[in-house]
Amino acid sequence: MSETHAQTVPFVRDTMLPPAAPPVREAGAVRWLRQNLFSGPLNTVLTILGVLIVWFLVSHFWDWFAHSVWNADSLSDCRRIIAETWGEGARGACWAVVRERWNQYVYGFYPPELYWRPTMAFGLLFVALAPVLFSESVMIRRVVLALATVLTLWLMAVMGAPAAWLVFAAAVLVGALLISERQPSWLLVFSILYPLMGVWFLWGGSAWGPVMVLVGPVLGWIAWRLLGRASALVATVAALVVPLVWWIVFAGDAARDAESIVSLAIPAVASDRFGGFLLSITIGVAGIAMSLPLGIVLALARRSDMFLVKTLAVIFIEFIRGVPLIALLFVASLLLNYFLPPGTTFDIILRVIIMVTLFSAAYMAEVIRGGLAALPKGQYEAADALGLDYWKAQRLIVLPQALKISIPGIVSTFIGMFKDTTLVTFVGLYDPLKSMSDAVRASTSWKGIYWEPYIFVGFIFFLICFGMSRYSMYLERRLARDHR
Amino acid sequence: MTDVMVPANPPFRPSMLIYDRRYRSMTFQVIVFILVMALAWWLVNNTIRNLAALGKDFDFGFLWQRAGYDIPQTPIPYTSDDTHLRAALVGLLNTLIVSILGCIAATVVGIIAGVARLSNNWLIARLMTVYVEAFRNVPLLLWILIVFAVFTEVMPPPNAFRGDDPAASMILFDHVALTNRYTAIPTLAMTNDPGSLDLGARITISWATIAFAVALVAGWIVRRMIAAWAQRVQDQTGVRPTTWWASLAVMTVPSLLLIWYFGLHLIPPTLKGFNFTGGLNVQNGLVALWLALTLYTGAFIAEIVRAGILAISRGQSEAAFALGLRPGRTMNLVILPQALRVIIPPLISQYLNLMKNSSLAIAVGYMDIKGTLGGTTLNQTGRELESIVLMMGVYLVLSLIISAGMNLFNARVKLKER
Repeated sequence: MSETHAQTVPFVRDTMLPPAAPPVREAGAVRWLRQNLFSGPLNTVLTILGVLIVWFLVSHFWDWFAHSVWNADSLSDCRRIIAETWGEGARGACWAVVRERWNQYVYGFYPPELYWRPTMAFGLLFVALAPVLFSESVMIRRVVLALATVLTLWLMAVMGAPAAWLVFAAAVLVGALLISERQPSWLLVFSILYPLMGVWFLWGGSAWGPVMVLVGPVLGWIAWRLLGRASALVATVAALVVPLVWWIVFAGDAARDAESIVSLAIPAVASDRFGGFLLSITIGVAGIAMSLPLGIVLALARRSDMFLVKTLAVIFIEFIRGVPLIALLFVASLLLNYFLPPGTTFDIILRVIIMVTLFSAAYMAEVIRGGLAALPKGQYEAADALGLDYWKAQRLIVLPQALKISIPGIVSTFIGMFKDTTLVTFVGLYDPLKSMSDAVRASTSWKGIYWEPYIFVGFIFFLICFGMSRYSMYLERRLARDHR
Repeated sequence: MTDVMVPANPPFRPSMLIYDRRYRSMTFQVIVFILVMALAWWLVNNTIRNLAALGKDFDFGFLWQRAGYDIPQTPIPYTSDDTHLRAALVGLLNTLIVSILGCIAATVVGIIAGVARLSNNWLIARLMTVYVEAFRNVPLLLWILIVFAVFTEVMPPPNAFRGDDPAASMILFDHVALTNRYTAIPTLAMTNDPGSLDLGARITISWATIAFAVALVAGWIVRRMIAAWAQRVQDQTGVRPTTWWASLAVMTVPSLLLIWYFGLHLIPPTLKGFNFTGGLNVQNGLVALWLALTLYTGAFIAEIVRAGILAISRGQSEAAFALGLRPGRTMNLVILPQALRVIIPPLISQYLNLMKNSSLAIAVGYMDIKGTLGGTTLNQTGRELESIVLMMGVYLVLSLIISAGMNLFNARVKLKER
């Protein structure tokens, strides 16, 4: 065969040609540029426009950033240093204000000798969050907890925390690390106790207050167990009523009596000493922790078959969503005293937290309602077919899926709420953005400094909010159960 | 046995109130009702006792008293001798002005940014991502304060525009001057002024405004009729007549004629002494609030637009092309109707948010309804309860109107399922 072939054809190539290099314009950076920046007349114009915008920004602000000063006592000092280093008339950023007022921005007017307390509370927050947030991956949980342990203990030591509290924090943090290796869900006990502990660490005072609050549910549980044999109806009612009666009538006196017998008090810090990011994070974390459960309840109520429950939920949600948060904050600061029995006063931060919680719970309810509505009807019908009752169906089938669908919305509600904590400035609290920057500018040494405080605070907010949104994206990918 | 045994209804026992599903929801609702009523009674009772203890009453009579304070920017005539009610009305109009201007500008910014973020152009897509993330992750209050600080700290004072070789110059062909106290913009003037319609209470609307509104509405109706006619012709003959020039004409020609008839022209602001006159000096609070709200809401709208476009699968446009539709018609008939169903509801809730966020005007001293009724009036009269209840009511009504519009739209475009 091949011989006949060889006779008819003068030349047959029997080896492959080496592959030729692609043309210059179809390879490497040139190809990327042609595809991504200059693929047509419109794109070319847009690219030039974009380059002009970038050039405008860089040429206007680069020298300002490049001439940053980190070490100075006052704005005039800063300007003197800039003029000396880069010549007369040079502009420059004076980040020294951040360095000098760092503690004020982070802790507000909290007593400096007690800075370790918010620090410890913040460190322990990660332990409380570990079973909820970082339960998806062993590696991440380990890293987060280890970092929290090291940083918290180091910062507490630097801030001069008493040895006993250092040992306590070390025990909790290291204990959490060890427990989470064995059984992360045990940490949930700490998550449940954390709110009371956090309040005690931040505001101080007697530890008997939080303890007596905790006694309420315990009493309720005891009542439920005792009466459960007699009648389930009575037991349920008792389990709800007993804690309420305990909190309203007895808890305050019990805490005072216990304090007079065995004193468990640490120095108290009044609410007006709170400020800066301490205030924002306190309000933000409390609001986030309370608005999610409340939002779920409201969403379920709005989808309920019961006319009255549904109507109430609709009225509440639409009312809250229809008014600006500022109006609600003014209600908290000006009107709440009208609505409570004469002579009652309670803490302004607590009032603000309640309002912020109600506000974001209404938005949360709408987000979760969207998730519930997006679930295919078959899921509800399947739950009914299995004979599950309402709460079992919600808990085991509906909510896990609905909440997973609504993660992006839930997290963006959290982000919105955290950003909205800056609005507390209008009811006289020291938020980091406006009140604190005004306070900094009120001192003679930093009079007239505008951009640096704003940019600094904005940057911190950006880090936290951007981090939250990236975490939600990660969570969405981790929890995705379809099309893998 | 032909007939089925029907179990007789068991006699009613109290325990059935909680164990029988037929009665349980009733029981629960009655309990909820009693609790809510008790709570309401408790709140009202406390309020009455507190008001009595303070020697106050619940009375809106203060609205008819003399306000006694000035408002820098008033869309309707107002002096400090007017009533608190009129001050509140001025505040409401100011809220509406900044909200409407903000919604329009934010929509434009948002659509451009959202489409640009999907662009094939690497640089533009990255720039828009930076814009969206920077604005979405930072509190709105910060942007308002920064924009306001740019105006008050960086812009030159009005007298810097003076002289033969001024330190500052006007922009947009000498029509707009940015100063540290106000932004001077041109006003509209008419050579052939038709006078105004008096609505009473010193509120007037120029006949020219009414004429333009009528012309636009009539043009829109005629345009709808032309479209319906084209549809009829297409149904009968299969050929759609060209109508775009007729549509364009009925929308624009009456307005152009009116502009010519009234002799409408712009009067640019000019520097007289230390201030600009002739034009309109817009308070910087309004400009800063408007810009900040626009850029902030625009970033959210960009994400909504992007999500809406991405939500339409490629198969839809491919199917339309396979049917032989041209790109323009594919967009109009296939992509947009589906994308808008995804885009419009969140877009309207962004408008709602913008309207509510405009209450941050107190940060820049712009007198919106929060600044008048919920601010100066409240402080002067000491009527916290009445002022805040009234203010919340106004916001609530505005939001409910917008939500009602959204629900109507949703009901119209809703997908039908079982």
